[in-house]
Amino acid sequence: MKRFSAFSLVRAALSGQSTWPRQWRSPEPKPSYDVVIVGGGGHGLATAFYLAERYGVRNVAVVEKGWIGGGNTGRNTTIIRSNYLFDESARLYDHALKLWEGLSNALNYNVMYSPRGVLMLAHNIHDVQSFKRHVHANRLNGIDNEWLSPQECKEYCPPLNVGGEMRYPILGAALQRRGGTARHDAVAWGYARAADARGVDIIENCEVTGIRRAASGHVEGIETTRGYIRANKVGVAAAGNTSVVMGMAGIRLPLESFPLQALVSEPVKPVFPCVVMSNTIHAYISQSDKGELVIGAGTDAYTSYSQRGALHIANHTLDAICELAPMFRRLRMLRNWGGVVDVTPDRSPIIAKTPVPGLYLNCGWGTGGFKATPGSGDVFAWTIARNEPHPINAPFTIERFREGVMIDEAAAAAVAH
Amino acid sequence: MNYRLASGGRMDRTRPLQFTFDGNRYTGFAGDTLASALIANGVHLVGRSFKYHRPRGFLSAGSDEPNALVGVGGIASRYTPNLCATQVELYDGLVAESQNRWPSLSFDVGRVNDVFARFLSAGFYYKTFMWPAAAWKSLYEPMIRKAAGLGKAPSAPDPDRYTQVYVHCDVLVVGAGPSGLAAALAAGRSGSKVILCDEQDQLGGTLLSESEAVIDGQAAAEWLARAIGDLSALPNVTLLPRTTAFGWYPHNFLGLCQRVKDHLGEVDSNAPRERMWQVRAREVVIATGAIERPLLFPDNDRPGIMMAEGARIYLNRYGAVAGTRAVVFTSCDSAYRAAIELKAAGVQVTTIADVRPSPKGPWIERARAAGIEVRGSTVVTGTTGHLRISHVDLVDEVSGKSETLPCDLLLMSGGFTPSVHLFSQSRGKLVYDEALKVYVPGQSVERERSVGACRGIFDLGAAIASGFSGGLDAVKASGGSPVEEATFVVLAESFGQNGVIGRPGKAAKYAGRAWVDFQNDVTTKDIELATREGFRSIEHVKRYTTTGMATDQGKTSNMNALGIVSQTLGVPVDKVGLTTFRPPYTPTTFGVFAGQSRGDLFDPVRKTSIHDWAEEQGAVFEDVSLWKRARYFPRRGEDMHAAVKRECAATRQSVGIFDATTLGKIEVVGKDAAEFMNRMYTNAWTKLEPGRLRYGVMLREDGFIMDDGVVGRMAADRFHVTTTTGGAARVLAQMEDYLQTEWSDLEVWLTSTTEQWAVIAVQGPNARKVLDPLVQDIDLSAAAMPHMSVREGHICGIPMRLFRVSFTGELGFEVNVPMGYGRAVWEAIHASGKAHDITPYGTETMHVLRAEKGYIIVGQETDGTVTPDDAGLSWAVGKAKKDFVGKRSLARPAMTSSDRKQMVGLLTVDPTVVLEEGAQVVADPQEPIPMTMIGHVTSSHWSATLGRSIALGLVRNGRARIGTRLTVPMPSGNVTVEVVRPVFYDPEGKRLDG
Amino acid sequence: MLLIKCPFCGPRPELEFSYGGEAHIARPQDPMSLDDEAWTEYLYIRSNPRGVHAERWRHINGCGRFFNARRNTISDEILETYMIGGSPAPVSEEKDRSPKGGAV
Repeated sequence: MKRFSAFSLVRAALSGQSTWPRQWRSPEPKPSYDVVIVGGGGHGLATAFYLAERYGVRNVAVVEKGWIGGGNTGRNTTIIRSNYLFDESARLYDHALKLWEGLSNALNYNVMYSPRGVLMLAHNIHDVQSFKRHVHANRLNGIDNEWLSPQECKEYCPPLNVGGEMRYPILGAALQRRGGTARHDAVAWGYARAADARGVDIIENCEVTGIRRAASGHVEGIETTRGYIRANKVGVAAAGNTSVVMGMAGIRLPLESFPLQALVSEPVKPVFPCVVMSNTIHAYISQSDKGELVIGAGTDAYTSYSQRGALHIANHTLDAICELAPMFRRLRMLRNWGGVVDVTPDRSPIIAKTPVPGLYLNCGWGTGGFKATPGSGDVFAWTIARNEPHPINAPFTIERFREGVMIDEAAAAAVAH
Repeated sequence: MNYRLASGGRMDRTRPLQFTFDGNRYTGFAGDTLASALIANGVHLVGRSFKYHRPRGFLSAGSDEPNALVGVGGIASRYTPNLCATQVELYDGLVAESQNRWPSLSFDVGRVNDVFARFLSAGFYYKTFMWPAAAWKSLYEPMIRKAAGLGKAPSAPDPDRYTQVYVHCDVLVVGAGPSGLAAALAAGRSGSKVILCDEQDQLGGTLLSESEAVIDGQAAAEWLARAIGDLSALPNVTLLPRTTAFGWYPHNFLGLCQRVKDHLGEVDSNAPRERMWQVRAREVVIATGAIERPLLFPDNDRPGIMMAEGARIYLNRYGAVAGTRAVVFTSCDSAYRAAIELKAAGVQVTTIADVRPSPKGPWIERARAAGIEVRGSTVVTGTTGHLRISHVDLVDEVSGKSETLPCDLLLMSGGFTPSVHLFSQSRGKLVYDEALKVYVPGQSVERERSVGACRGIFDLGAAIASGFSGGLDAVKASGGSPVEEATFVVLAESFGQNGVIGRPGKAAKYAGRAWVDFQNDVTTKDIELATREGFRSIEHVKRYTTTGMATDQGKTSNMNALGIVSQTLGVPVDKVGLTTFRPPYTPTTFGVFAGQSRGDLFDPVRKTSIHDWAEEQGAVFEDVSLWKRARYFPRRGEDMHAAVKRECAATRQSVGIFDATTLGKIEVVGKDAAEFMNRMYTNAWTKLEPGRLRYGVMLREDGFIMDDGVVGRMAADRFHVTTTTGGAARVLAQMEDYLQTEWSDLEVWLTSTTEQWAVIAVQGPNARKVLDPLVQDIDLSAAAMPHMSVREGHICGIPMRLFRVSFTGELGFEVNVPMGYGRAVWEAIHASGKAHDITPYGTETMHVLRAEKGYIIVGQETDGTVTPDDAGLSWAVGKAKKDFVGKRSLARPAMTSSDRKQMVGLLTVDPTVVLEEGAQVVADPQEPIPMTMIGHVTSSHWSATLGRSIALGLVRNGRARIGTRLTVPMPSGNVTVEVVRPVFYDPEGKRLDG
Repeated sequence: MLLIKCPFCGPRPELEFSYGGEAHIARPQDPMSLDDEAWTEYLYIRSNPRGVHAERWRHINGCGRFFNARRNTISDEILETYMIGGSPAPVSEEKDRSPKGGAV
């Protein structure tokens, strides 16, 4: 791996940038690997990287049916935060956040992790109570999260409509200063390049068509559009397509895949300094380094793999954005796209061993997968390498649904009076 | 030099308009665009590129323009950045400015980036700015952000209004060029309901700039006028100019954005600024035309380098010439037409450099006859000129001979790319046409067909014919009766269909950067670097280099980028792949998506019939779901705490009155109503007698509390069910779900009656005395009407359902009267209560009073993870019942664990300390962070009645901890609390009887 | 926005409907007799297919009735709608599925 630095960039410039090698190879699949990861998104690539980097498993392949980072990794609104209510989630996401903080240097790839602060707006008294509960729990868990008054919100994020005419006025917000954004594509590419440098084979345009098991039930390998690949351990990190892949091993899951939309505005000069989320009116907004306002919407009502969402969902998101920042009403939507998010009954992920020996599962991230990428990759790699969960992901089993041990962050914010 | 010809063009020369650009005053005409007016004034330098701040002029005359982005607006609230000058219609007093430059457009400090361009290659930022780690946030990122972005966001709220309409039609025709007009004529004459939309201010497309074609014996402009006249005369046809079909959504649902007002200037009027048409079309005819492709050669981005067709549009439609001395570089015949027409208009067109070895045909003959030199096998290898092109370098690829020619205008044409955006958005499959070097529509998914240039039919006659047939086909497919096929006699020289993508000729060997994506400053070198670094998928190339991601979304660049990747990797174009076409087709205003949903119209506001009374009394309201609820009724000088203290005391000591109308109400009726209730609620209902009330708990099927409420049995077959305010719709939906899909054998009808009943709670020891004089036909005595009973009768002559129920712990009644009588009855009760100093109270006092009694509020004590047992409601679960919704889930291992959080009371050891709701509870205050949290405070209040603070909380194994002490660690210090039973006031319930 | 054909009212825009999840998952007659595994299957396990999906919709802002639909989750095309308790038209790729067990 040719090291990236200001120095190497200048040196390469002198030769017209012609000396850069491939960031990752494009190998033919080998007949056999110790571990095959299904899914070349952020989570799958991170898993491969940590397998090689931290857990000494280097004979690893990542198989991706399209191009790496082409699923939700390249389609999300890149929000990073860890101020979750429950201990289990807080530990998982804060593990990720700590890795984010050093990720550019760990990968030697600038993933542009930008701790710009994440404001979660409260619009009614119930929101205020719920977010304060988060603030208190986070404090005792050692996770930064603080309460801002409406005026403090305005100072932190001047475009916000505080005090103006609003159907649901801003009554305050929870702020996590370490939260922020990162450059989504760079995360996939950075993990790919670093994993590749450690011997991992990244195999694109390779779709899994079957999972082969021995008579004992143990995983033997996978059938792919590029041939059969033997592996004693298979880790599935296929996000929206998880049900399809796991179905090949006869496993039915508590998962449903929904469309989730996002959109960007035309690029404008810096105007929005942080990330603002409003769960109550369904709006998520930040400004990218390029100047585009990056805006997230809610999921569509029905399951779908179509990677597009409905116009009325975009309408509703933008009416919320225009309420929060009325001067953005004249800005224009540049691009609107959809992803497929897999959602569990408690909207928390599954990172676990499965009933099939040698088959491991990482799924169910719903709308929150990007922020967890490094942490998820690390604990999933641990789980695969040691055949037992890391303490952080131990609660995130499939069996919790049978036992009724839900980790339901969304229900914890439920509204009713 | 006068750049505006003495005659010609479609502008209204009798209406001159003044405007300014970067502070300079200019004059144009009505009918001009900002671009055509600037060109007519000899202004070419209009912008700076995104990254290198290269000077830029107009590339095209349409919505594909990547360079000429300007900020428009004289007042801050109407300032709009990033508008395409080619699409801005001129109005008197228009104020425009260039963007992304400092201090001025002609002298831009940012230009220094271009000098360092070799360090700023594609994706350079991924390779650096990593040391020291902290500098990314403090130094590098702010620097990058400042440099990025194009225009400035408006700084004041938009005063304009936006609207949305929904329409249905038989045939939607997108694009009103020759083929779209023909399609609309075909469908319109067939009697179909037709909508014809076009992004331009006038219908006609290429016919608006057609100079010599003859259609059915008429000049193109005359034929166009007649066609529009015919269409206007058809009542079944709606014509929508200035309307862009921006997005295709499933099931033939299209979004159209109509610009209603911008062209009138910054005026206040009742008209909306823009209108979104959401069209459900039975059939769609896509007639979106094609976009001319630039050619790739070194320094192909200087002002004065322009698409040949663009120059032709400025000439023919606006009577403006884009230069005085022109050279043409082309790979196809169409540029010859432009050259010939410009020459005829007096522009010195010296040379046509044609990349084809030996161009032949009528156009070439005509050019030569016009005195234009034509060179085959010739390519442009470079240009010079700082703020405008001054010279062009040509090389004959056969002889190797090079020559530099002076010029102030270089026209180029690499052929035409069909606008397949909408087709692709509809999920239709595109196929690569090797001859045309473009993608054209293949198999359809939705109900549409493409006609004319957008399917690669560039010949005018053929395009019109395909449009008409397409229109008829759409009529047939939509179930209409198509008229006869028509033939059109079109005299127009076909301009051929050659084209190139990627580098023309052997250009690869000429040094220098050729711009692929003009706005984002992506050059051939960037794309080559990306492929070298292993970015092979076209999506990766796009994302790594940002080609095609600018505001024009790659309209002029995508095919060339594909061509470069194909040439660099030696892979056929159709194997490289294609990036996804995403809505919107052109940037579309946020405001038009939001439509009327602003302020109070953002969400419906639900108000009770007593709301106005409360408002008149100065009540402070809170939002609870869609409802406005009175939170407290402050008297002069009172804050919330003072008001609540007074309201509580009045209710406990005499009588309070509370508007409970927002509670959800459902009438459950039918012979199986009791059985249905048994299945839906945890409680047993069979033995509840008519006239009695019971508190009911509803679970989700996963066993967690979903809702609660008091239920009255009005008759053997009739229940009056109440729900929480926010839960009404959810509860009814869950009931309907089970009733319709699981137990359709039950004879039960469900009716939402939330809006039918106004509910007035009268609570306090004097409640009976207040109501007695008003109620004619119900005996209110404790003996006749005990706690938890319901009677039907009249109050003030109004039919009433009277509940004897208490959410305060005091003697209480809830008066249900038809909604329309709510205020009258409220006022009557209020008047009757004067003698007892009846006091209206709000939700805040309601919270305190019920907390003193330990009554839960769903959503406050419960949060979607709480079982009935957790909440201390085991008594409400019918143990003997074989089944109810959620029962099986309660038997799961984790639901019966002794370690679950249970509701308890929490009393601070220091009675003056009021805990904060949401604060966490720990057993060991010495434990370092992360601490083991065993519970949290769900409700906390100052109880004036008790003279101390009280709190409810959920604590792990809490009931077993009663009598012990726990700690609530706060930033200001630890608070010690004692765990107690969650009833603080009148635990025996003696006060319920007054 | 989908165009959904309510079997009672005809084709209407998606805004008039609420989605009801996968169809043909009947609530067990006697839930308490089920073991945790079987109850979990009913409660949470979903087929979530990439392809044809039988699902429930309710015309909530219309007639209020539930009905079933078969929709292709890749294209979002709705192949048919039919009554609760009914079974979808036999389709070759689905012949393995028993028409029984439908929620009635």
